[in-house]
Amino acid sequence: MNYKLDFQPVIDGLPQLLGGCLGTLGLAAGGMVLAVVIGIGGVVLRESPVPALRWAVIGFVELIRNTPFLVQIYFIFFALPLAGLRLDPTPTAILALGINGGAYAIEIIRGGVQAIGKGQIEAGLALALHRLQVFRLIVLKPALRAIYPSLVSQFILLTLTTSVASAVSAYELTSVAQRIESDSFRSFEIYGTITLLYFVMSWLLMRLFGVIQSHYLSYPVK
Amino acid sequence: MGAAEFLFLLAGLKWTLFLVAIAFAGGTVAGLGVALARTSGIGVLQRTTAGYIALFQGTPLLMQLFVVYYGLALIGLKLDAWAAVAVGFTLHASAFLGEIWRGSIEAVPWGQIEAARALNLRYATRMRHVILPQALRISMPATIGFLVQLLKGTSLAAIVGFTELARAGSIVSNQIFQPLLVFAIVGALYFALCWPLSILGSRMERRLAAATR
Repeated sequence: MNYKLDFQPVIDGLPQLLGGCLGTLGLAAGGMVLAVVIGIGGVVLRESPVPALRWAVIGFVELIRNTPFLVQIYFIFFALPLAGLRLDPTPTAILALGINGGAYAIEIIRGGVQAIGKGQIEAGLALALHRLQVFRLIVLKPALRAIYPSLVSQFILLTLTTSVASAVSAYELTSVAQRIESDSFRSFEIYGTITLLYFVMSWLLMRLFGVIQSHYLSYPVK
Repeated sequence: MGAAEFLFLLAGLKWTLFLVAIAFAGGTVAGLGVALARTSGIGVLQRTTAGYIALFQGTPLLMQLFVVYYGLALIGLKLDAWAAVAVGFTLHASAFLGEIWRGSIEAVPWGQIEAARALNLRYATRMRHVILPQALRISMPATIGFLVQLLKGTSLAAIVGFTELARAGSIVSNQIFQPLLVFAIVGALYFALCWPLSILGSRMERRLAAATR
């Protein structure tokens, strides 16, 4: 073997790659917000007294969790125009990431809600709080503490999954790297570098979520 | 969509199953090694395997496939796409299974290890007859959960250029211009494989929770 590693294309492409990192973080952030919204909405429907709604949520969760993200994003990519919705690849990817993450978020959040003692909810209702007030005041924050770690690892997973969005050419790190690669053919150098960039990003996110946890979710120390 | 296209999808499905089988088998052997090294109590081994696991958990599967694919070519191993992808998934599986089984080994009550030691059982005997059988039972739900992940993950081999179920879907979709129908069928095929496994996994989890309560 007489292959010489050449990182020049990577160095030349560094500004684009860092832009791709921002694209990835943007996709991830959008996906996370959408996932939480879908997660909370899904749990409310999942616990509703209407059986049809409950079954619809169960079906949604099972369907998403048992099919590959790649197939989901392709399906959404081709389905949206037919539904009369013309979206660019990047918003489409955010939508797909949000729907995928949302299904997992429903299960995670539901676990947290179920961990709240029934007695506490009954006490809230007995104090004439509205159902929504009970949800917000008695269920949400303690549940958030319980589910935070699982939610964070799901978020990290979602961030890593954004690389699959390159399949519909959304703007993120992998598609930027693919463009540089097709110009320079330095495949190993480029993909090795961005693998490292992904590693740094997921590590930074983990730290960020850790800081958020210690500031907002830890119990007050006496 | 005619019978020929559907048969083409089924041929892709066959390769998906083949890929999962190889990755899971290879991942089981290597993952057991990772788990044992991770719990060995030997500093260097533990740190190395912890880094190995963190690397695979902190980077996208797609990148792992790319790096292995081009990395193998770089060190002079001229493998076809199929073998390169199989190696990539095997490494991926070994890290994740290693971490799952590390947790399961550590979840076996400490008293079991002490008792085995008190009976003067050597490390190999202790692991084989006392710790691992109990760890295996504890690990089953998570292991099956990972198997589902792996099955879904093999779809990424499509992006690297290996023709399995997802790529077969793309090809057929480009031929007959009915992407929704094709990807619905492809999704249904994945679902038919993953869903029973998911149900089995959660049933095992409930049974285990009931047994240890």
